[in-house]
Amino acid sequence: MNPILGLLSGLVFGLGLVVSGMADPAKVLNFLDLFGTWDPSLAFVMAGATVTAHVGYRLVWRRAAPLRMPEFDLPSARAIDAPLLTGAALFGLGWGIGGFCPGPALTALPLAAPGTLVFVPAMLAGLWMGGRAKSAMTHRKGPAT
Amino acid sequence: MELDTVTAFTPVASLAGGILIGLSAVMVMAIFGRIAGISGITRGALGAITGGPDARWRIGFVVGLLAAPFAYALWAGDLPAQTVPGNLPAMAAAGLIVGTGTAIGSGCTSGHGVCGLARLSPRSLAAVATFMGTAIVTVFVLRHLI
Repeated sequence: MNPILGLLSGLVFGLGLVVSGMADPAKVLNFLDLFGTWDPSLAFVMAGATVTAHVGYRLVWRRAAPLRMPEFDLPSARAIDAPLLTGAALFGLGWGIGGFCPGPALTALPLAAPGTLVFVPAMLAGLWMGGRAKSAMTHRKGPAT
Repeated sequence: MELDTVTAFTPVASLAGGILIGLSAVMVMAIFGRIAGISGITRGALGAITGGPDARWRIGFVVGLLAAPFAYALWAGDLPAQTVPGNLPAMAAAGLIVGTGTAIGSGCTSGHGVCGLARLSPRSLAAVATFMGTAIVTVFVLRHLI
């Protein structure tokens, strides 16, 4: 049951990415190009998604537990630390070059544009390498974040 | 990157798509009690995060993401249109940097952006401000300085 519920959630997420235009790197890069061919559409994506999630989370958290897991598991890290800011800065750099963040890249994969076919395997390798780098950092510095 | 095609301003479709993304984040919280962060879900699906009860729904989620363009085509009659940068070495570098950065920074546009901001997390706000800032600077440099 869980894989099917996960699939449905992913399908809704992916449809949102496609309908909103986030899965089109040209639109993302134009959103980031404030001083050129600026397309403010993606501000509406962020607003719609964030407000919906904000309201929905509050309704969901009235329950004692989620439907399919024993408890809610929210990120406990609070620190605005070097891994957070370094990682985010790197991510922004890559996002600005390619116009893809992880969700849209995966959703666009079956459309099989050459740029996507190169981006996604490199991203998966990066996710693996970055995870190793982060655990090396946190093991040196103390508790995991 | 030579890709300065003008794209149409689509506030209604973008808002509607954003609401779908938000709904999916709420589904993941209601069903699994987790943040719908795509970089984390992908790492979980790859087995990079210790398996446990979460690996299976995460694999399902990624399959759902991959199926979305076809579901869209059933409804819209056509696969979604897109323009992907064609500079393949740059795209390989971009993918590697995006993957590394989101793993080190514990999240991307969905986990820190949508879910973190929805939780009013100061940590996520700092991440979003940072990646929006470096992304805007990167596009400015690539399009207007180089």
